[in-house]
Parts: sequence; structure tokens; C-alpha cells
Amino acid sequence: MTRVDIFLLEAVINGILLGGVLALLALGLNLIFGVIDVVWICYAELVMCGMYMLFWLHVFFGWPILLACLAAIVGVAGLGALLHLLVISPILGSAPINQLLATGGMLFFLQSLATLLFGTDFRNIGLRLPVIELGDIFISYSRLLAFGTALIGAIALYLFLSRTYLGIAMRAIAQDREIMGLMGVDQRRIYLTTSAVGGALAGLAACLLVLQYDVHPFIGLSFGPITFMICVLGGLGNMIGGFVAAFIMSQIIAIGGYYFSIEISYVLAFVFFIVLMFLRPQGLLAR
Amino acid sequence: MLSLRRVSAGYGSFRALFDVSLEVAAGEAIGVVGPNGAGKSTLMRVISGMLRSSSGELVFEGRSLTRLPAHRIVEAGIAHVPEHRRLFAKLSVEENLRIGAFLPQARRHYAERSEWVYALFPRLLERRRQLAGTLSGGEQQMVAIGRALMSKPKLLLMDEPSAGLAPLVVEQVFNLVRLIREQGFTVLIVEQNLQQVLAIVDRAYLLEVGRIRLSGSAAELKDNAMIQQAYMGL
Ligand SMILES: Nc1ncnc2c1ncn2[C@@H]1O[C@H](COP(=O)(O)OP(=O)(O)OP(=O)(O)O)[C@@H](O)[C@H]1O
Ligand SMILES: [Mg+2]
Repeated sequence: MTRVDIFLLEAVINGILLGGVLALLALGLNLIFGVIDVVWICYAELVMCGMYMLFWLHVFFGWPILLACLAAIVGVAGLGALLHLLVISPILGSAPINQLLATGGMLFFLQSLATLLFGTDFRNIGLRLPVIELGDIFISYSRLLAFGTALIGAIALYLFLSRTYLGIAMRAIAQDREIMGLMGVDQRRIYLTTSAVGGALAGLAACLLVLQYDVHPFIGLSFGPITFMICVLGGLGNMIGGFVAAFIMSQIIAIGGYYFSIEISYVLAFVFFIVLMFLRPQGLLAR
Repeated sequence: MLSLRRVSAGYGSFRALFDVSLEVAAGEAIGVVGPNGAGKSTLMRVISGMLRSSSGELVFEGRSLTRLPAHRIVEAGIAHVPEHRRLFAKLSVEENLRIGAFLPQARRHYAERSEWVYALFPRLLERRRQLAGTLSGGEQQMVAIGRALMSKPKLLLMDEPSAGLAPLVVEQVFNLVRLIREQGFTVLIVEQNLQQVLAIVDRAYLLEVGRIRLSGSAAELKDNAMIQQAYMGL
């Protein structure tokens, strides 16, 4: 193999690893949308909150990293439930645009709150994981870990949705809201649980991203827009579509970054998104 | 077992039920008949809590249902097979039954209950991994009834179980209802097939533009001249 091939291969592998975390975020956003019929514009800001929680617990209070991760996941799950109770639940019956505005407002609120509390400093958790050498290829251990964990998270979500009563009810509610009561299901409880699960996925993503990125109040902007594009590309509410789209987008970014630059690669991803919206407005996997 | 006293209900400012009173005793099969738009489905929705009544009182086994949300009414022992079946088309037959057993007390008996439903409808056992939306109309009705039975209700509400089915299948559905009766369930059934429904119920109510016009035993209604003229084409 020539050197160029190896760098390309490395880019592809890194793309796959990035795709795992993006897929996790897409799953969470799609779950919320599918079940509650609300788009959480501020989803990536929940990730930011999780990263800060982890940073403070680990660096400032000296909690062991795994415990801090667990606490961040639980914390963001609680934040998701709180977001539902305080912001979404009171306006569930109102027009979708109002819900968008409300969760959009939360985005600015959370960003500003973080700026107020923590300033605009970039903070690093200071955990240096080794780089794995496979022949001539270098793979960062933290990315591999992120990918593996994201995959496990996705599988756990799949099992939850296909095996448990609560999970099956979540899939059912997206098909027919009105008759869920006749099945003995309390919709409000399902919505609250879904919000907590969506939050937990954002918390898990935060644990994985904090290994590779510094925390700052606007870190959500690095993942939010791309996550929305992925969800729309896969068909809003379509879990499998979102999962596939996450890996396609991350490949475009990785390979584009290899041939051109990382800025150009985001432009390419966006162009790809727009073109596909013309060709398949219903989403990648829509029939 | 169930009694409605002067119940009224509607949609927004539109009133669909006017002072409806009705009694169902344990072990009975009761029919509700009437033309399109009479308010039959509205009546079922009010009983199961899908729709709030605007006035009047609903009592089930000595307990008021009037302010209870739908999921509490299922808990109390009333299951509703809704109009047009309303299956979860993209879930399998088995998953539809699982949803029917969502309540904690039903979950505990899931294995035994589902076995019982599959024994009642052997067709569903063969198709339990199939998506509900891909079943035939008759099979879908079996799933809808089976799903309602999973909560082990004391009272089963059925809204036009024979609607939209071929005559031969309609016959089968009425046989199913008869079978369920024999299993000891109390049944309140809405139907447009007057002849057939009067053959399987003890008593029936005739609903017209939101009011009870007539009520009586199945035999009485069958012999009623007005009903024969207006609904049986005799
Ligand atoms: N969701 C709704 N919103 C507004 N009006 C409704 C609604 N559902 C029913 N209605 C009205 O209430 C009245 C009674 O309707 P309902 O569905 O109870 O009749 P029905 O006796 O079940 O008729 P069918 O035999 O056609 O099923 C009708 O005039 C109908 O137009
Ligand atoms: Mg009706």
C-alpha cells in the first residue's frame, strides 16, 4: 500500500468512529420526535450540559471518571425530563411552530447560562488516552472507545424498544396517540420516560465527546446542526434511517477533510444534504 | 354493573349525546343500534374515557367513572374495541397483544392470557410475528378483540366489529362475539347489522340523533313495527 492509501484508510476509519457518536445523537432526537412529536432544537445543548457536569465532577470534585460519567448520564436524563415538564408539556397541544420557538429559546438560554456560569474558556478534562498503532495506521483510543460505546448504546436502545412493554408502547404511540389510553397507557408517563431516555442518550454522547473535545458554552453548535441534518436525511422519526445517515454524513466529512480541508468537508456535507432533500424529500430510506 | 344516568356529550359546541341513560347487568350482552351519525361511537368513547361527558353520571361496579382518564377506566375493568379496529399496523400481532397487556396487573399474567387468546383465535398464533397491517380484515378484527381481552376486562365494549367485512366474515365475527359471551364476559356491542346483532344479545337500545328512542329485549325489538319498517326493510 502506498502512503496515500493509508491516510485515506485512516480518514475512513475516523469517519466511522465519528459516525457512532452522531448516530447516538440522531437516535435520541428521532426518539423524542417519533414519540412526542416535538423537535428538541436544544438537543446538542443538553450534550454541552453533560460535558460540563462531567468536567466539574471529575476535574473539580475529583470524582473517578466512570462515576462522573454515570452521574452525567443520569443528570442529563433528569434535565431531559425537566425540559419536558417545564417547557414542552404546557404547550403540547399548541402549534408546532410554538414548540420549535420554545425549544429554540432553550438553546439560547442554555448557551447563555453556561457562558454566565463558566465563561467562554475552553476546558479540557485532561484525560489522555493512548493512540493505537495498527501496522501503519494510527487510531485514537478515545475514538474507538466512543464508537464502541455508541454502538452498545444503540443496541441497548434497540432491545429496549423491541423487548420491553414501555419500549413497545413508545413505538405504538407514534402510530396512534388517541387510543393509547384504551390500552391502559398513561401518555404523560410515556412522554416523561421518553424525554429521560432521550436525555440519557445525550448524556452518553457527552461522555464520549468529552474525551476528544474541549468544553465551552458553544460546543453544541459543532454537533447540533449536523445532527438535525442527519435526522432529516434519514427521515424524521425514522431510527434506522437516522442511523444510516449518520455514517454517510460522517464519511463525507472525513473523506472530504482528507482531500480538501475540514471546512470544505462540512460544506460538502451540507451540499449533499440539500441535493438529497430535492431527490428524496421524505428521507433516505422512505419508500 | 354499568349504569349511565342522563349522560350528555359532544365535540366542541356540537352535542352528539342527549341525556342518555342505560344499564348493563353482569353477564348480559347488550346491543346499541341506530343509523349513521346517531352517536353510537360517541357513547362508547364516553364510557371508555376517550371523550369526557359534559353532564350526567357513569357508574361502574359502584364506582364513578365520570372524571377518570381512559387508562384508569381500563384498570377498572372496561376494555374498548374501537371503531375501525385501530391496530398498530407497524407492530406485529404479538406486539399488539403486548400493548393490550400494558397494565401491571395484566403484565403479570401475560403468558397465560396470550395463550388463552391464541387458543380462542388459532389463526393469530400462526401469524403472531406478522405485521398487523398486513392481515386480512377478519384477522385484524381478531387481533383488535384479542388485544382488548389481554387486560382481562369484566366489560367488553365493541364498536361495529363487523363493519367493512365480507358477508361470510361478518358471520365469523358474530360467532366470535357469541364465543366471547360464552366465556362469561359482559358485552356492550354497537352494530348496524340489526338482524344478526339481535340474534346474539339479550337486550338492545335504539339510538337516534343522540337520544335513546327505544329499548327492550331482543325479541321485543325484533317484533317492533317501527324497527321492522325503518331498519329491517320488512
Ligand atoms: N371527532 C369528532 N369531531 C366532531 N364531531 C364528531 C366527531 N366524531 C363524531 N362527530 C359527530 O358526532 C355525531 C355522532 O357521531 P358518532 O361517530 O358517534 O356516530 P355513530 O352512530 O357511531 O355513526 P356510524 O354508524 O357512522 O359509526 C355525528 O354527527 C358526527 O358527525
Ligand atoms: Mg360509529
